[in-house]
Amino acid sequence: MAHRWTNDLTHDDVTPKSAYLNRRQVMAGMAGLGLAALAPKARAAADLTPTDFDVITQYNNFYEFGTGKDDPAKHAHRLTTKPWSIKIDGMVDRPGDYALEDILSQMTIEERIYRFRCVEAWSMVVPWNGFELKDLLDLAGVQSSAKYVAFETLYRPKEMIGQNSPFLDWPYVEGLRLDEANHPLTLMATGIYGKDMPKQNGAPIRLVVPWKYGFKSIKSIVRITLTDKEPPTSWNKSIPGEYGFYSNVNPEVDHPRWSQASERPIGGGFFAKRIPTLMFNGYEQEVASLYEGMDLRKNY
Amino acid sequence: MGDVIVNRLNALVRKLPSWLFYLIGAAYPVWLLFAGFTGGLGVDPVKAMEHALGKVGLQVLIAVLLVTPLRRFTKLNLLSWRRALGVIAFFYILLHFLVWMVLDVQILSQVKADLIKRPYIIVGMISLVILLPLAVTSNNLSIRKLGSRWRKLHKMTYLAVALGGVHYIMQSKGFEYEPYIYLAVVIGLIALRKLPKKRAAPPVKRQAA
Repeated sequence: MAHRWTNDLTHDDVTPKSAYLNRRQVMAGMAGLGLAALAPKARAAADLTPTDFDVITQYNNFYEFGTGKDDPAKHAHRLTTKPWSIKIDGMVDRPGDYALEDILSQMTIEERIYRFRCVEAWSMVVPWNGFELKDLLDLAGVQSSAKYVAFETLYRPKEMIGQNSPFLDWPYVEGLRLDEANHPLTLMATGIYGKDMPKQNGAPIRLVVPWKYGFKSIKSIVRITLTDKEPPTSWNKSIPGEYGFYSNVNPEVDHPRWSQASERPIGGGFFAKRIPTLMFNGYEQEVASLYEGMDLRKNY
Repeated sequence: MGDVIVNRLNALVRKLPSWLFYLIGAAYPVWLLFAGFTGGLGVDPVKAMEHALGKVGLQVLIAVLLVTPLRRFTKLNLLSWRRALGVIAFFYILLHFLVWMVLDVQILSQVKADLIKRPYIIVGMISLVILLPLAVTSNNLSIRKLGSRWRKLHKMTYLAVALGGVHYIMQSKGFEYEPYIYLAVVIGLIALRKLPKKRAAPPVKRQAA
């Protein structure tokens, strides 16, 4: 089901402020209809605009193409994304290889403007296009025994030249708890700025979990497995003391090598001011209930 | 034959004045700044400049340490460049620290916390602190006044460079070869220093082979 969540960040340049204050009032009305959890946060909308397309596509980590921030833009052109299918297996009623075009024919693509916070303490605002992961999981029919969702990136060292280096244990794998995966904010993104997903950003389809550090949002997905055990995740395997399974954005829990209390928005040049990092990256209202009673310092 | 080349090179080295190094050395950060403002350093010029200054600083420091073994094993004498290289390296490392503090972390309380809490930052900072008195005493007056203590003091360069190499490894994410190569080179240079000096045979004899 599309449109379960409404953007709280906007294209400032296309949306006059007054128009969107009106919408905010509509939202306040929706809160009374039991949609409170989906209503946008009161702050931040006015002072955040999407990062430039050129910045989003020229600066990111996609270690399958090298370790430099500009390596993905330089080397991702080698990647072939057609044909593409996702193998969905494990605890599902309808396991199999799902061709991407078959999946897309059954989905409604919508725009989601999300904050993107890298664990390295830099950030962007990205206008993604995509559909909710839950809709894809529903296609396959998740069995009641499933508790976690495991994801896998394509392994093709001939095209993904970074995979020839022992930097990480390839292929890249990630995972979510099933309730996190089913959350309406959790997106399968197929594009940005209304264009097909650029190869350097995880073409043709990637995960976006906006309240978690960027590395959780696994790119170029070829396999999704439903399981009842917490699946291994690449960075946790590589440096367990620094990267946990949850990796929720949390300004109060430092990375061992740097503070997570603030972040540098990318694209502002030499004198870009740091901004405070928000709890759950600004999606506290929407997702905090998922972690009720959990020690977030222990479950980093 | 080899001697002829080395002698020619040594003559050339003597002709190149050290102010040329200071000039080129000072031009590099200016160029970085210019490139940063004009898009030449990509969309995150702060990190690009910070990393470039740190890495080039380490490279120049390694070049400083290469002077002695080059003289010892090849008779190539770059001694007249060493002071300029050392001062330039210190200048880069200092700028590296300043860019980190002012443009990257920005917030003073966070800078202080990092200087106490983060091992890789502490290691880098110790290296910079060691380099400070070395830079200050890089002049003829200090050499005269300090006498033999000057040499002892300036041997601390080895420690500072080794810590710089360790700092580079500690800040990297995942496994990369590059930082380890730097540290290996530094350790190799320290090992060369420890090599017994008795094989001071005249180069003519060794040429026979």
